[in-house]
Amino acid sequence: MTGTLVLENLKHRPMRSLLSLLLMGVPVTLILALVGLTQGMLQDARERQRGVGADVVVHGTAATSAVAFTGAPLPEGYVDVIEKQPHVKLAMGVLNHNIDLPLVIFGIDIKKFDQMNGGFTYLEGHTFQGPDDILVDRLYASQKHLHVGDAISLMGHNWHVAGIVESGKLARIAVPLATLQDLDAAHNHVTSIFVQADNPSNADLLAEELKKLIPDASVNTMADIVAMYSSNNIPGVKEFTLVIMVLGVIIGFLVVYLSMYMSVLQRTREIGILKSLGASKGFILAIIQIEAVVLAIGGTILGVIMSFGVWWLIRTLVPASIPMIIVPWWWPIAGAITLVGALLGALYPGLSAASHDPIEALAYE
Amino acid sequence: MNNGHMIETRDLRKIYRVGEVEIPALRGVDLAVAPGEFLSIVGPSGSGKSTLFHIIGALTPPTSGEVYVAGKDLSKLSDAERTRLRKRTVSFVFQKFNLLPNLTARANIAVARYIGGNPAEPGAEFEELLRLLGISNRLDHKPSALSGGEQQRVAIARAIVNHPAILLADEPTGNLDTENSQAVLAVLRDLNNRLGQTILMITHNPEAAAYGHRTVHMRDGRIIESVG
Repeated sequence: MTGTLVLENLKHRPMRSLLSLLLMGVPVTLILALVGLTQGMLQDARERQRGVGADVVVHGTAATSAVAFTGAPLPEGYVDVIEKQPHVKLAMGVLNHNIDLPLVIFGIDIKKFDQMNGGFTYLEGHTFQGPDDILVDRLYASQKHLHVGDAISLMGHNWHVAGIVESGKLARIAVPLATLQDLDAAHNHVTSIFVQADNPSNADLLAEELKKLIPDASVNTMADIVAMYSSNNIPGVKEFTLVIMVLGVIIGFLVVYLSMYMSVLQRTREIGILKSLGASKGFILAIIQIEAVVLAIGGTILGVIMSFGVWWLIRTLVPASIPMIIVPWWWPIAGAITLVGALLGALYPGLSAASHDPIEALAYE
Repeated sequence: MNNGHMIETRDLRKIYRVGEVEIPALRGVDLAVAPGEFLSIVGPSGSGKSTLFHIIGALTPPTSGEVYVAGKDLSKLSDAERTRLRKRTVSFVFQKFNLLPNLTARANIAVARYIGGNPAEPGAEFEELLRLLGISNRLDHKPSALSGGEQQRVAIARAIVNHPAILLADEPTGNLDTENSQAVLAVLRDLNNRLGQTILMITHNPEAAAYGHRTVHMRDGRIIESVG
């Protein structure tokens, strides 16, 4: 019976109910979009790192960067030195150049790249055939509406799209290493060196040996690198998520508070009728709280649906820059956040309704 | 105090305070109503009829005096105890019907039954009563789709669904035309005869008052005459 009362109340003022659901859905969408963006970018980064096929990665440190005055702190000569070490099957130097973050152009040695992981899967076109050739992945091509043969200007340089490749191997945008070194004035330098071990089980041993060999570089196994791509390791993400969650509670609280406050005001006479029938304070409070729970559940469902809308929009507009994913296990968390806000928001209007004087309430016009 | 009465008041007083001003609504009411009695209360506006109703109906406590309803001293009851009394012992029929506008007639009756702690479906006896009230085929309509007379008959059905000992009717025909008024009054008298419920009815209309066994006249917060 309580359910009938609640549903009929919500149906009786459909526009207000709908607006409340919409407003409660917004923070749910915000939370899910934020989590989807964070998790999507991390997952994408992990997959692309794994896709290189390396077991150990050598990066420049702050010290080497300061010496080199460039984003390419490692001498390219290290590649040959590393390749001669025991347990090393292959080493490959890569130069990074940030464009519109998080997009990065990778200068690669395509022959070694092919050897290390079998090479890109070409959806269109072919590998580099000239120094100004550029390879872009499916997502970047979709975002920029690129096809093989198109010209594209990046870093003030005109490139020729030679191929469109499947995503998942290091780079969204790849160019010949030598060309990028020229453009970055980083001759004979690289940003990082990917090292493939003779056996993946030797990765830790190899990493230790390389640390001794190049003490001023940062050496990590690929397993460590992949593990570092967690939202806990990215400064600010945890705090930002927390802020959005708190905002979700506050918005849920305010929406339900205002909606229920108005609802209680409009239903003063009905509350008086219920009291004249012998409804207890607990019964009246329960009706208001259950109504808030229904709004919170509906708002969560709407918020989840809207998050699919955001996902579709982002995938359509900027699939390469923002690889958002849907994270279903966050749905109940977002729902719980909304529920807390809604229950808190309904508390005062509910208590106010429960303590109405029945005679005054019955006289209310 | 009880003496076999269903309702009994002695020196009942109620003072409303509006800011610094005290407004006496009841100035010492002595009243005794026997079980199964149909009592009409008449009097001009401001005579204290509604206040007396609200106190007997446990909607508000008295300022002083004694009031016993079904053996309970209302002046000593807590808010929760008065709520329980409204749930099981006393029920109301209002001039403005006071049906819940969002619910159908059937749901309005079901809510009262639910609040009263009874099973959702009333028995065959109640179905028969609905037929007598002439609303059996109107139960799935919301109040806005019912005539005034139908709404008041639904309100009566709602008021009696939990078999309360006392039915308080506050100008039940005040918003009805003559035909519907007579029908509603006939129903109240029939209920009184059939179920033996104690009925108190406020009215301005002497013809309506004549349906009761006895008529009490009120003025300026006091009972000035009891006829019948």
